[in-house]
Amino acid sequence: MTDTGELFQLPLKDLHEAAGARFGGFAGWSMPITYPLGVLKEHLHTREKAGLFDISHMKLFLVTGSQAAAALARACPLDPAALNEGQSKYTFFLNDEAGILDDLIVTRLGAERFMVVANAGNAAADEKHLKQVAASFDCTVEPLERVFLALQGPAAEGALSKAGLDLSALTFMHGLEPREGWFASRSGYTGEDGFEIALPWAEAKAFAEALLADENVEWIGLAARDSLRLEAGLCLHGQDITSETTPVDAGLMWAIAKPLRENGSFIGADALRAALAAGPRRKRVGLKPEGRQPVRAGADLFDGDGNPAGSVTSGGFGPSAGFPVAMGYVPAALAAPGSRLFAEVRGNRVPIEIHPLPFTQHRYRKG
Amino acid sequence: MATTYFTEDHEWLRVEGGVATVGITDYAQEQLGDLVFVELPEVGKALSKGDAAVVVESVKAASDVYAPADGEITEVNDKLSSDPALVNSSAAGDGWLWKMKLADESQLEGLMDEAGYKAMIG
Repeated sequence: MTDTGELFQLPLKDLHEAAGARFGGFAGWSMPITYPLGVLKEHLHTREKAGLFDISHMKLFLVTGSQAAAALARACPLDPAALNEGQSKYTFFLNDEAGILDDLIVTRLGAERFMVVANAGNAAADEKHLKQVAASFDCTVEPLERVFLALQGPAAEGALSKAGLDLSALTFMHGLEPREGWFASRSGYTGEDGFEIALPWAEAKAFAEALLADENVEWIGLAARDSLRLEAGLCLHGQDITSETTPVDAGLMWAIAKPLRENGSFIGADALRAALAAGPRRKRVGLKPEGRQPVRAGADLFDGDGNPAGSVTSGGFGPSAGFPVAMGYVPAALAAPGSRLFAEVRGNRVPIEIHPLPFTQHRYRKG
Repeated sequence: MATTYFTEDHEWLRVEGGVATVGITDYAQEQLGDLVFVELPEVGKALSKGDAAVVVESVKAASDVYAPADGEITEVNDKLSSDPALVNSSAAGDGWLWKMKLADESQLEGLMDEAGYKAMIG
């Protein structure tokens, strides 16, 4: 179906093929989209037990040096020096207009040691950007070659423990280096409790097989990863947030501490302050179509009088919600939950309601 | 005696007395994955060969199902409104999509039989 000739191949490709994965191109990588279980059951399995995702397309950067914190404080709207060792924070690279170049998770691993986890689609641009910023500081940016796995769901902690990695003491949004060359954090992209584990290629196959030996663990493809994150109200960069969206519009200001909003000198700080003072012109919201028909990314929205009222940035069916789910941007005045709009789908106007995010409650282990 | 034809777009037609029952093949449903919505047309709608007649939606994407011949829709499978997954579980049976009165049965010439279709999907 898809020509995978010029795509990057996952180090564990053979394992996915043996599991019967169907592959497709995503962000320059040939990725497992579904396995024989199928997207619906993969999705539900993750919420009920544990789903194993190969996310090796994502990029890890190790930032070290006496000014590593200062470099990251310039690159991100973040105070890395204020993080405790082992603490992770969701943050961004912003451009000068405060548009979101990428969303990231930064973890402090030591006094002068930080891990940055970035999206696949922006990996090359992120590396260039971060190295450019870091050039003015005493620090090194090292892109890592790792297999990166996510294990998500209520049975994740137990399955990891059975595979010889006890991370039960870790709480949500914390990370550590459990072994030489490994990085693990309690985080994810599903709304469930879970972990992301980066490890050397040479050890990856045996570790994945050890996890899969637990009957609670199944491989989960990108299709279910997308429906899981959408139900959880989490943004996909390139769709729900882009270099044209500010954290103010996206409703992501919770990720930027108040003192930083006022005094931070990160890239995009002035534009962000201006955007904050002006207030959001539009807001990112959850959207629930009436009935069973999914409303997809790109669909235009209209108010009751037929005036344009924004657009859908992600949409599909929520297997756990049991109804179609979507996310998009609407004018601030129409963003209250319960407001009724219309989405244009193949020439028809389908009623769609502003719905609180997330669609399914987060079940993080906050300790 | 009904005759079953197959199209390159992975549809099947069961033709009897000038009326074709149309569905997608088991191969097609497997490629699409779990269906969550089927948009059915109005009975009485006139179709030309190649028109998008039905939209089937999986968790991930929407796909058109095309009219394999000219004709008029005489019946749609209303069960799919509440149970779109019937197409997955019984693509060649209870998961049929629509029935149409064929305008010109000579348009069926050139469609594949089951052996030809199986050879095509390999």
